[in-house]
Amino acid sequence: MKLTKTLLATSALTVAAGAAFAESHMASEMTLVSWGGAYQNSQQKAYSEPYMEMHPDVSIVWDESSNEAVAKLRAMNEAGNVTWDLVDVTAGDAIRLCDEGLAMEYDPEELLAAAPDGTSAEDDFGDLLVSDCFIPQIVYSTTFGYRTDMVPEGVEPPNDICDVFDLETYPGKRSLEKRPINTMEWALLCDGVAKDDIYDVLETDEGQDQALAKLDTIKDQVIWWSAGADTPQLLADGEIFMGSTYNGRLFSVIEEQDQPVAMMWDAQVYDLDGWIIPAGLPEERLARVKDFLKFATDTQRLADQAKYISYGPARASSAPLVGQHAELGIDMAPHMPTDPANSENTFLQNYSWWADYRDDIDAKFQAWLAQ
Amino acid sequence: MSASFTPFVLTFDNKNNGDDMSNASEAPTPDDGLNLTDNENTGPVLAADGTPLKRSLGRALRRQKLRALMLIAPLLIFVLLTFIAPIADMLFRSVENQIVSETLPRTVVALDDWDSTTGELPSEAVYEAAYYDIFIAAERKLHTRLGSRLNYELTGASSLFRKSGRGLDDLGEVYQDQFEDLNEAWEDGETWALLMGSGDWQDKAYAWEKSSGDLAPKLELREGIEELLPKTAAAYSSFANFVRVDDGDNPATEDPWSPVYTAFWQDLTGGATVASYSGPEAELLMEAANAAGGFESTTFSEGFAGIDKDWASTPIWQTIKTYSPKYTSGYFLNSVDMQKTPDGPELRDANERIYGILFKRTMFMSMVITISCIMLGYPVAWILANLPARTANLLMILVLLPFWTSLLVRTSAWKVMLQQQGVINDVLVWLGLVGDGDRLVMINNQFGTIVAMTHILLPFMILPLYSVMQTIPPTYLRAAKSLGATNWTAFWRVYFPQSVPGIGAGSILVFILSIGYYITPEIVGGTTGTFISNRIAYHISSSLNWGLAAALGTILLAVVMILYWAYDKIVGIDNVKLG
Repeated sequence: MKLTKTLLATSALTVAAGAAFAESHMASEMTLVSWGGAYQNSQQKAYSEPYMEMHPDVSIVWDESSNEAVAKLRAMNEAGNVTWDLVDVTAGDAIRLCDEGLAMEYDPEELLAAAPDGTSAEDDFGDLLVSDCFIPQIVYSTTFGYRTDMVPEGVEPPNDICDVFDLETYPGKRSLEKRPINTMEWALLCDGVAKDDIYDVLETDEGQDQALAKLDTIKDQVIWWSAGADTPQLLADGEIFMGSTYNGRLFSVIEEQDQPVAMMWDAQVYDLDGWIIPAGLPEERLARVKDFLKFATDTQRLADQAKYISYGPARASSAPLVGQHAELGIDMAPHMPTDPANSENTFLQNYSWWADYRDDIDAKFQAWLAQ
Repeated sequence: MSASFTPFVLTFDNKNNGDDMSNASEAPTPDDGLNLTDNENTGPVLAADGTPLKRSLGRALRRQKLRALMLIAPLLIFVLLTFIAPIADMLFRSVENQIVSETLPRTVVALDDWDSTTGELPSEAVYEAAYYDIFIAAERKLHTRLGSRLNYELTGASSLFRKSGRGLDDLGEVYQDQFEDLNEAWEDGETWALLMGSGDWQDKAYAWEKSSGDLAPKLELREGIEELLPKTAAAYSSFANFVRVDDGDNPATEDPWSPVYTAFWQDLTGGATVASYSGPEAELLMEAANAAGGFESTTFSEGFAGIDKDWASTPIWQTIKTYSPKYTSGYFLNSVDMQKTPDGPELRDANERIYGILFKRTMFMSMVITISCIMLGYPVAWILANLPARTANLLMILVLLPFWTSLLVRTSAWKVMLQQQGVINDVLVWLGLVGDGDRLVMINNQFGTIVAMTHILLPFMILPLYSVMQTIPPTYLRAAKSLGATNWTAFWRVYFPQSVPGIGAGSILVFILSIGYYITPEIVGGTTGTFISNRIAYHISSSLNWGLAAALGTILLAVVMILYWAYDKIVGIDNVKLG
């Protein structure tokens, strides 16, 4: 233990000394945590590569641990050795981390750059600043895709969320996420509950039973997914007729892999993904992170990311700058979940509500699944 | 180790020989010569350096043992530090519950007198304690942690605490504003330092510099102020402590937070004899005391109810009281589908029970997987053991090959094989055995999990079986047959009993491994093929309810130990051979 401490101390000293020499009290190495795959690739292209060009002495290491970030960050924090500098998490996880004191609270005005037209960062991000610790990057949505070649003859292709529950018109398997969030809301919506009342209804035991009863009607036709890649694979294999997943995954099935799949968009649920800064970073690492963040979350950078993946930038000022896909050369705007044509009927996940009810409803949902 | 020294002891130790010699003590024996070397013939044998031989020997043995221990020490320490300690720490979390009493120390004490079963709300004193506790917790940013902890037990606690952290500030500001309107002096930290702190402390505090790197001097209260304004003194002390330790600032120059004003108002309206005070700021204090009675005020319980109506109902208080002890059985009760209530443990509603089902399913499926491994592995091991070494080694590679392939790849390969548009179904449809419309469902259910896991765990069964079978001489079977046994009898009565230790070892390995599996069931298990470990993983990585995860893990560990013990009783662990 002592040896490790000495080693850590000396290496920390060396790093600190090197940084002090190179640039005014900023660490020169950063560990960023993200999801891997196409999403992390888009971040590397849009944020970290340009940043490293501007600062050749900085090296950025990527860790594909966002999936277990909440647990790992807690373990690191308890061990008193946080090795991550910036972590990409969903808004729901960010709220949890903030509650647990594992993420740092920040001041948007100080940390984030203003929009080119002078709009303050706080107004530019607007409602998307859902937690004091959360720095939004993208808006993605969980929505349905379906196989165009499995639509029965003489029937309109599905374009309503309730078509998912209509086994008579649209026979075939569906895939839904193996957790209550989104699934319960869709079930209630298709059981005649008004959109504005959904959370009030879902708060009650009867409402939860009602949602599960609605899901019961399709239960034996559902394959439950837990990884975002499951539905695209099931769709590509023709295992299912329709299934929910993140819109970026569907984009790559449709546009990049050219599968006979189409988007439904109806009642898509918006979710946010963004950065959190782990609590308790040493000064010089924090200084570097802040410097990087100011750059990586500015208007142009967020718009650039949309060149590589079909997720909407979290800043209002970035939307007009969204251009074409870097490789396919197609316009990205119509593929954004926030595009007016796609967002006629949408939800924004109610984070604070789910923070309260997640444990309880998840227990009921899993018990229902296991029966 | 000591065995190697036994001859030495027997030969030279007088006493040891004494027993053996007792009935022959008269007759001369070869030992006599040795015994005579001892002068008195009764005293202890001495070593060359004059110490008794026994002690000297003991010391030598101890040194020997110590040296042996030091040789294995690195391994021992490694295992202790990296394996035993983390596991023990994790298991300990299943009962640990300090967070409530540490975050709300005053409230927990105040709740002691409250009977949670009557349905009445707790007294004003409890609300008062909670006000100071939650305010300080919010300053330390601990209130939301407690909220998430209590949310595992009571839905809604999470947002209740998040909201209250902000709301309580407004509650205290009512008094703060009125005192400050009365006299601007109350805005200054210096006024409060002068009133509350001793002269000594003030001198030290004003001399302190932040750049020195030390903490600011610890607050010493002015003599007599604690008797005069007890609540204010307590509130100011915790404020000073927070500024000093958490912020690293100087309490003497910082403006106090709102609970100090609330406490001040409580003291002044609670009959403080301000007239007897003669220290600094006496006039200011007098003025405040005269005005305080006429201040706009509210009770703590009303203030809490104003923040959220949940504070004005019993469940949140019952939950805090139920989980106030430092250690709790709550996690264990949760993990057997029960819950703690004010009236004692109760079974959960039927639609929330899940762990019982999962424990039973995990046991049952692990058993099925073990049995299928035996059925499939036994003939393979038999063939391997009875082939010439060269061919056997070649085939062995086939058994080991899966070990060199990623677990995820093997599991995903089963997906490709078993799914409805998969290889097996395609072949069946092509052969005309199954109609295109009703392809078999072989994955995302128990069947899929059993197939995939049997495949993955098969080598763990074959290897011990193979190494045991290799040691069974083939001559036994031939002998049995030459004595007239049929093939079956020869196998069942002669060969099989000798291979049982291999089955035992393989079964223990496969069973224990399969109980803890979660990746494969997660990918191919659907809803009916998931294990208890999937829930443990969920609570570790998603819901962050590590206490519950630890309790589930502890139960799983206990079940495995009981099974192991039962196995030892029935079959005998000596009969297990890994090679």
